[in-house]
Order: sequence, then structure tokens, then C-alpha cells
Amino acid sequence: MLEGLLIGLQTALSLQNLLMVIAGCLIGTFIGMLPGLGPMSIIAIMIPIAISMGDPSAALILLAGVYYGAIFGGSTSSILLNAPGVAGTVASSFDGYPMARQGKAGKALTIAAISSFAGGTIGAILLMVFAPALSSVALLFHSAEYFALMVVGLSAIAAFAGTGQVAKALLMTILGLIMATVGEGALFNMPRFTMGIMDLQSGFGFITLAMAMFALPEALFLVLKKREMSGDSGKIDNLRISGAEARQIAPVIGRQSLQGFFIGVLPGAGATIASFLGYAVERNIATKEEQEEFGKGSIKGLAAPETANNAACTGSFVPLLTLGIPGSGTTAILLGALIALNVTPGPRLMIDEPQVFWAVIMSMFIGNLVLLILNLPLIPYIAKVLSIPRNYLIPFILFFTLMGAYIGQNNATELLILVGFGVCATALKFADYPLAPLLIGFILGGMMENNFARSMQLYDGMGFILDRPMTLALLVIALLLVVVPSYRARRARARQAGVAEGD
Amino acid sequence: MALDRWIAFIILCVALAYAYAAFFTMDQLLPPFMQRNPIWPSTFPKVLSVLAILASLVILLGLEKPAGETAEPDIDYRRLTEYHLIPALALLALMVAYALLLRPAGFLLSTVGFLTLGAVILGERKLYILLPVALTATGIVWYLVEQVLGIFLRPLPIFL
Repeated sequence: MLEGLLIGLQTALSLQNLLMVIAGCLIGTFIGMLPGLGPMSIIAIMIPIAISMGDPSAALILLAGVYYGAIFGGSTSSILLNAPGVAGTVASSFDGYPMARQGKAGKALTIAAISSFAGGTIGAILLMVFAPALSSVALLFHSAEYFALMVVGLSAIAAFAGTGQVAKALLMTILGLIMATVGEGALFNMPRFTMGIMDLQSGFGFITLAMAMFALPEALFLVLKKREMSGDSGKIDNLRISGAEARQIAPVIGRQSLQGFFIGVLPGAGATIASFLGYAVERNIATKEEQEEFGKGSIKGLAAPETANNAACTGSFVPLLTLGIPGSGTTAILLGALIALNVTPGPRLMIDEPQVFWAVIMSMFIGNLVLLILNLPLIPYIAKVLSIPRNYLIPFILFFTLMGAYIGQNNATELLILVGFGVCATALKFADYPLAPLLIGFILGGMMENNFARSMQLYDGMGFILDRPMTLALLVIALLLVVVPSYRARRARARQAGVAEGD
Repeated sequence: MALDRWIAFIILCVALAYAYAAFFTMDQLLPPFMQRNPIWPSTFPKVLSVLAILASLVILLGLEKPAGETAEPDIDYRRLTEYHLIPALALLALMVAYALLLRPAGFLLSTVGFLTLGAVILGERKLYILLPVALTATGIVWYLVEQVLGIFLRPLPIFL
């Protein structure tokens, strides 16, 4: 591990990669601050740039920097404007905005920065410990287990989608898998479902789809719903926190880093769930007087979600780097970018490309430090970005999505596909269909089919499911993940209706 | 019928077409030597099509009811006309126009046009600020893409 650390440090400390961390954090913070633009759209917009750099370590470092920068930036707009830029920072506005209203905006931002830093750093340490262990287990996996693991991942994403949403998330996942079968598969050398259209021969473009799913609908929502962005943030001063306050939030930060990290590791549960859960848990275990404070400007209530969402971001890298299976929309986009750079994340990553693996972890430490240093003194100035008029902003966002799709494929037809899918995605968003499962399904689709085909060929049929106990167990878990939530919802309804039901 | 069920219905139709293609049109094209394989190109799509039909039927028939009241949606599509629908549609049309004009009109002209018109659609009227901003941004992006990333973009209209 020490050797790995040194390799990582060497790669991460090169001038280019240091610049990448700083650039990523800055871009992420700036754009993440804008209400309505989530980390997924920012990363989707950044992908063409990252891919064309050609160096996988640098690309992943840049994108990871954008990711946690965006989460941090989102908390700034949550606190100052009560307009979270990112779903993962909604919980930060519960107590952050009241603090800002009381004239303690500076203090709130400091607490947010410190909690984010601690959450991210502790998360990175945990990642360093758990990822190698998990990937040495994962090396024992065969294609059959991989296939089963992907099924588990995809059904977990559907299962975590929330009550009443399981079928929708499942349908979106399957739709993503179906879209992945369009074009010429690696295994069969024959075009499938192209309907004779030449442009579909190589399948749908992943960047185009990512932009169409996230960036375009979010931009259109910004147009449709004119939200006031020029809120009065007031003066931001007095960034200091007292020693007593530090002692008060320290245990919160410790607990939430751990909890957030492990929630982030679970597929489908990301920063959003971690932050809400962290807030709820801290409120429940706080003393009576402190509970009164929650929602009115409690520093604990601000530190909890801020720590948890950053730790969860780091945690979501565990399945990506060790199993090659993304658990969230954001890591799915990162996976797509890595595949485009000819790096396949998975247990072999640490053996074949240790510099990528360790450089990313090291850059997380550096990135968190950069965010802390940049943001503490500069935040009053960075917050000025919130006053950029949306009339200028939205055309630029749209232009960057168009440019991204064009650079990826060098083809103007791709832009029409982008707009078409964007309209479809907006309609899906209207109807409350989750969009991230579609993209995750799309990215995993090819890998899943390859692993499925390989195990079918090895065992000459479906026998692999019964022959390999681990595969069977994983598939049973996948089934339970989908069935249990809907069963419980049904039972809860039955109980509400006054119908007794045996256990 | 609510929009989510209409969408489920559309997806069901797509899934049925996909299932038809997977079950009835793909296997004839398979060369004889591949027919001995335990897995065909159509195997995975067949599984997917069945799953997709089942999942869309669950939504279409409303088998999974939302528990409790649903949260207030970000945008209520039933009152779509009360939002700023016209600028949104105009921007979409502008994007299509950009896609069609990018090659013939060249990058510089179409991008400046896109950025300016986009802002005008959203209600910006200060052209003396807008035009310089659009020109500068276009220039910077063109330089980055062409010189730094090394991707060719035709800068000028096709007749120049």
C-alpha cells in the first residue's frame, strides 16, 4: 500500500495534475453554485474536455475535482439563497439559510467548508483502506459473478428510488439497457436494432445521452421556471467560529463522515440520501435543547449534511474503482469517461494501472485541501457568481452541451439526436421518472451483456446460475431488493386501510 | 390518464416493437455456425424486452401506488402554459437551427448568432454588452477547440 501511495503521490503532484485538481475544484464550485445545475450536468459538460486530454489519471482527477467542487458550491447557494444547486445540498439549507438570515452567513460558510473538508478527507482515508480490500475479493469474481453483481447494482438503484417509484426506476434502467443493445456489439459483430440507419451503427453516443439526460432538461427547467437568482446574500463577514462551536460539531463530523461514506458505497444511495439521513440522525440523537435549534440555524444541523454529502461522494468511488460498477449517475458518467480513455475500472485497475487508482485518491486529499484554502478566504468573492444574469447563463449552458456532443462525435446529426433525447428526457422528468438509472443502465448494458454471454458460453447455457453459489446468492439479493420495497409498501397501505395482514 | 402512464404506454409500444424485432426478425440472419452457440445476439434483447413489457405494464395498470401524498413537483406539467413555455420552445428551435447551420454557416457565425439570439429570446436587450460577450466567448471557445484540443471546426461560412 505504501508503494501505491507513493506512486499516487508522484502522479498527483505533477504540475499538470495539480492544475487539474485546482481547475476542477474551481469550475465545480462556480457552476455548482448556480441553482438548478447539478454535478451530473457539469461533469457531462466537462467530459469532452477530459477525454480529449488523453491521460486517464488527469481526466479522472479533473472530473473528480469538479464533482466535489460542485457539491461544495451547491452548499454555498443553499446557505446564501436557500436555492440549492444540487440535490445533495438541500438538507444544508435547512439550517444554513436560517443562519444566513440571522447575519451569520460567514460562520455558516466556514462550518460548511470545514465539514466538507473533514467529510471528504475522512472519506478518502476510508476509501484508501476499503478499496484495496474489496478489489482483492473482487479479483475472485468470474464473469458470472460480474453479471450477477451488475444485476444487484441495477436493482439496488431501482430499490433506493423511493416508495412508489420502484417500477419507474426499473423501467428506466431496462430502457437504458435496451438502448445499449443498439448498434454493433463487441461480441457478435453484427449490427442490431439500427433500423438501417448508418448513424446508429456504432450505437448511441454516451456523451450525447449524458448531456441529453441531465444538462438539457435542467437548463430547460431553468427557462420554464424563472427562479430569482439574484437573492440578497447580504454581507459575508466574520468567518471565524469559536472553540466551543468547534467542539460541538466535531463529534457530528466524525459520525457523519463514517455514515455518509458507507451510504455512498451502496449503489443507488448517494450524497442526497446521505445528507438527509445524516440530518435526521443528528437531530434524533441531539439533546432536547439542541433539537429545538434544528431548522432555526443549528450549527450541528448544518455540519451533519455537509459532512455526509462529501463523505458519500467519496464513498461512491469505492464500487466504481474496485468493481467497475457505478452506483450513481455521476459515477456512471465517470465510468463512461474512463472507458472512452481505454481504462476499464474494476479489480484489475489497481494491478494494471495503479497510478490511476492511487493518483485519484491522492488528488482527493489535495482537492479537499484546495477547496478549503480557496473557499474560506475567497468565498465572498466567489459568491458574486450568483449575480450573473440568467439571460447570459442559459444560452452558454446550452451552447456547451451542444459543443460537447459535437466534439465527441464530430457530427452534426449528433446535435439533432441530442435535442431529440433532451426533449424526451424533459418529458420523463415532468412525469417524475428518474433519469440517472437510464444512464447507468446504458453504460452497464454492454458490459453486462458481455459477461452474461461469456458465462453462457463457459457453462453452455443457463447452468452457471445454479453451478456458482455466489452468482445465485447475488441474483436472489437482486430479486429481493426489487420485491421487498413494493411488498412493504403494499403492506403499509393494507395496514392504513385497516386490513390486518399476517406476518 | 396521467402523463407518467402515457409515457409507460409509449415505452410499452417501443418495447413491443423491440420484442418483435428480437424474437422474430433477428434469428433468421444468424449464420448456421453461430446457431450452435448457447447465446445468440438476440438472447439478451429477448430477456430485456420481456422485462421492459412487464415493468411498463406495472406502471400502466397502476399496480404500484405511491405511498402517501407525493411531493410538490418542481414543475406541474398540467399547467405547462403558465410557465415560460414560449422561450423554452424557441430555445429548442434555436438549438435545432444551430445543429443544421453549424456546418454550412461555419462555427464563428453560427455560435455568435446562437449566443446572441439565445439571450435575446430570454429577454436580454442590451446588445452593446451582449454582442461583445458573445464574440469574445466564441473566439475563446474556437481557439480552445481548434488549437488546444486539435479538433477541426470550420470557422467561416462554406462559401468563403
